[in-house]
Amino acid sequence: SVKEQKLHSAKYGGRHCVTMLPGDGVGPEMMLYVREVFKSVGAPVDFEEVQMDHTSTDTEYDHAILSLKRNGIAIKGNVESGNLSPDATSRNVELRADLDLFANVVVCKSNPGVKTRHNNIDVVIIRENTEGEYSNLEHETVGGVVESLKIITERKSTRIAKYAFDYALRHGRKKVTAVHKANIMKMGDGLFLESCHKVSEMYPTIEFDSMIVDNCSMQMVSRPEQFDVMVLPNLYGNILANIATGLIGGAGIVSGVNIGEKYAIFELGTRNTGKKIAGKNIANPTAMLRAGSDLLGYLGLHLHSDMITNALDEVLQDEQMHTADLGGQATSAEVVQRVISLIQKERNI
Amino acid sequence: MIPGDGIGPEISESVQQIFAAAEVPLTWETVDVTPVKGPDGLFHIPQKAIDSVNKNTVGLKGPLATPIGKGHKSLNLALRKEFNLYANVRPCKSVEGYDTPYKDVDLVTIRENTEGEYSGIEHLIVDGVVQSIKLITENASRRVAEFAFNYAKANGRHRVTAVHKANIMRLSDGLFLRCCREVAEKNKDIKFEEMYLDTVCLNMVQDPTKFDVLVMPNLYGDILSDLCAGLIGGLGITPSGNIGEGGAIFESVHGTAPDIAGEDKANPTALLLSSVMMLRYLNLGSYANRIERAAFETLREGKVLTGDLGGKSKCSEYTAEICRKVQIIDDSD
Amino acid sequence: RCMSSIEAPKPKRRQTVTMIPGDGIGPELMVTVKEVFSAAGVPVDFDEIFASEVQSGKSESVETVVASCKENLICLKGIISSPLSSHVSILHTLNMQIRRELDLFANVVLIRSLPGFVTRHNNLDFVIIRESTEGEYSSLEHESVEGVVESLKIITRANSERIAKFAFDYATKHGRKKVTAVHKANIMKLADGLFLESCANVSKFYPKIEFDSMIIDNTCMQLVSNPYQFDVMVMPNLYGNIVDNLAAGLVGGAGVVPGESFSEDVAVFEPGARHAAAEMAGRDQANPTGMLLCAANMLSHMNLGYYSSLIRNAVEKTIKAGKVRTRDMGGYATRSQFTMEVIKNLNY
Repeated sequence: SVKEQKLHSAKYGGRHCVTMLPGDGVGPEMMLYVREVFKSVGAPVDFEEVQMDHTSTDTEYDHAILSLKRNGIAIKGNVESGNLSPDATSRNVELRADLDLFANVVVCKSNPGVKTRHNNIDVVIIRENTEGEYSNLEHETVGGVVESLKIITERKSTRIAKYAFDYALRHGRKKVTAVHKANIMKMGDGLFLESCHKVSEMYPTIEFDSMIVDNCSMQMVSRPEQFDVMVLPNLYGNILANIATGLIGGAGIVSGVNIGEKYAIFELGTRNTGKKIAGKNIANPTAMLRAGSDLLGYLGLHLHSDMITNALDEVLQDEQMHTADLGGQATSAEVVQRVISLIQKERNI
Repeated sequence: MIPGDGIGPEISESVQQIFAAAEVPLTWETVDVTPVKGPDGLFHIPQKAIDSVNKNTVGLKGPLATPIGKGHKSLNLALRKEFNLYANVRPCKSVEGYDTPYKDVDLVTIRENTEGEYSGIEHLIVDGVVQSIKLITENASRRVAEFAFNYAKANGRHRVTAVHKANIMRLSDGLFLRCCREVAEKNKDIKFEEMYLDTVCLNMVQDPTKFDVLVMPNLYGDILSDLCAGLIGGLGITPSGNIGEGGAIFESVHGTAPDIAGEDKANPTALLLSSVMMLRYLNLGSYANRIERAAFETLREGKVLTGDLGGKSKCSEYTAEICRKVQIIDDSD
Repeated sequence: RCMSSIEAPKPKRRQTVTMIPGDGIGPELMVTVKEVFSAAGVPVDFDEIFASEVQSGKSESVETVVASCKENLICLKGIISSPLSSHVSILHTLNMQIRRELDLFANVVLIRSLPGFVTRHNNLDFVIIRESTEGEYSSLEHESVEGVVESLKIITRANSERIAKFAFDYATKHGRKKVTAVHKANIMKLADGLFLESCANVSKFYPKIEFDSMIIDNTCMQLVSNPYQFDVMVMPNLYGNIVDNLAAGLVGGAGVVPGESFSEDVAVFEPGARHAAAEMAGRDQANPTGMLLCAANMLSHMNLGYYSSLIRNAVEKTIKAGKVRTRDMGGYATRSQFTMEVIKNLNY
């Protein structure tokens, strides 16, 4: 019943209002850290916190959607989709569909402070977020036979391809690689590939190539430095983003954004709730703080954004400051304290 | 007499009883203004009502229901137009016995009633953009200004304040203000001052005793007259008069209160005080004074009050008490 | 507990704010602000610009004022008089030009009873939000024939929805429960009707905030008889002017009420009821309460919450003690004595 329209931004006198969806697992504690770090850099941002977790009712979910429509931007912890019953849809998927957040962007860049097998990774994974295998269209035709429909449309394939090339232009990237399985799914993935190809012709300064998804996974772990910007349908994006995240040090340090024409939600790169480590003060706060830094950059608050990123990079250099996921023994709070004290030093406080 | 809707008939009856008790030399001609469908298919005030007001030139009117969105104009508006009632007068005087945070309020708002923001001229220019026209004319402005000064003189008042916003609406409010200044030049026995609308609001709630007679364009008058009614306790005790070139209609401006209609619970004070204004307009000042004193004494004593004033009495009991007082008050003073 | 125990920071990196003292008592009030800021050690520098129509010879140009505001994004401002005698159109008065150039579409006046200062109504706490760019203040007036003037009021959906959203966003941010749209749509069915409809449309995005509406004349009556029913109020330009002043009167007058104006990027903090009080100028009688509360609100907007509370508490403590009050509050103190008392009450 709510009229579909783009509302005026919630920015007044230079201060922004941002929706905060803490979610499940470690989400709530991470959000406290985000608030503290934002305060320490003096970010002109106010949060509107809306509860949405796996127990939320439809009304609470609607409130979250409305809050996002009002503010246009959110920071979000992951919502557990533990319910495996056939008619339960994931709140995360629902949110992306309702707000038409068609692109998921994860930047994976090797960090000198984190020792991994590869130290020269710098890829951007741009994943189509609203269709493909995640269309929620499944049915049991006869007993014991289930059909799951994968939907690929020209409109959405073109849109994500265009987003990828625009991203490459805006960020001075050289190459876009389309990932697909068009040798088998000739029509579906074929359409995706063809759409990417067509779009590439409008961007003569950006190199375009394509790669089959299984080969791409192998290349990613053997020669990841060959990749620059990658554009993928939904499921492949999910897989490749997790591989790349694993290569540079894991889910604890990588952020991501789900973005559409009107709205953007900043969250973890891989969408784990970290339920098992919740409340133990051992989760790595880096990924969520990076999401916060990305958010500030999106709002045009680059000074504040850079201050957080620089502090996070510096803290990662110190192995004493590594949390358990990076093989260290530091607590979440210790990492955050160090980040804040670096920021305060930077601000001459 | 136009009894009106809802509680209108009861409170009109109450006023008529009090007039009878005071032996006011006046006869009532009761008319109904319920709209009737004319030959053109539109609703109109019955011709009989129009004839009656034209003949008598003075009327007393109870509350009228204004059905929303029924396709005919507000009857109040129609009456105002039909009889060219250009000035709305509302004396606001603190009522002893009915306490509000504001004491000693004694002022009169005079509102231009025929033009200004309520001209009814509005256009949709393009989708999402509306233009509404405020019309100010020299004639209407001078007319109401002259009325204000004459009223001040006739009622022993000393000062007239013109309320305007000519710093923003330089031409329109500017014209209104110029007319007031010109009339003030000719009435030097009455003190004249001009004040911005916002300043009036600020000062009014800080110290309403600073004001005497206020004269202003339509919208500002609408707002300020209700504001001042609020200072003394609301529309239930505030009288009102509409003065035209050919006559006048006095009325209570509260609602029709359909929830208590016919239950003998209504408060007739506003209509009664309006009728007192009417008596003064008819140069029957001694009757006016007696009825007003009887009403104010009843209110001050606080023994026989209707529910809205915090009492438990019925409308008929309240009326009877005023009738009793009217008869024992010596009208020699 | 898994959260770190770091307190709210006290950023010491200095920021610059545009200061426009304005006419009348404005310059004196700014002296108070500067004295209190320096005593409290507030890390803010002022870019002071004199702008006036009364003393136009000494005034800086509109361009200078606007450039400074755009540079600093925050401004503390006194009242600039728009003398009735000047013959320029209102769109060319300094106030209007600054407002238009900076697109300050939303004006907020904060009505709050000051604890310890008794007025007719106490414990008031509500907010008035006023559309500041269109409505009756469009300056479209003409004399169609001799003696007949038409003045146009313009209401647009875009601006009505923008101010409505501002009001609901404000309510959300400050934990308020209700937004009341004030209008005269029973008479101005199209114009105020559009305003009301826009507010109702926007309200659908805020299910947790109650929405109602009230006609302007009844609103004024309710404000003096039962002002406790209001929370956040939103209205077109002229009604805002009326209600701002009326409500300021309820809590103690023009000297005690803070206000603020916003565009997307710029925030201007200025007294809530706009009276330059020229008759009081230069006599050390002005009441700095409203201006100090403006300054405190400004500091909070700038993430300087520590200093904001420091100053607000000192002002409230001074008023509550009741010994040092300016004339408009029934006391005998001068502006400088009040200022000294506030400084004495700063609890670091």
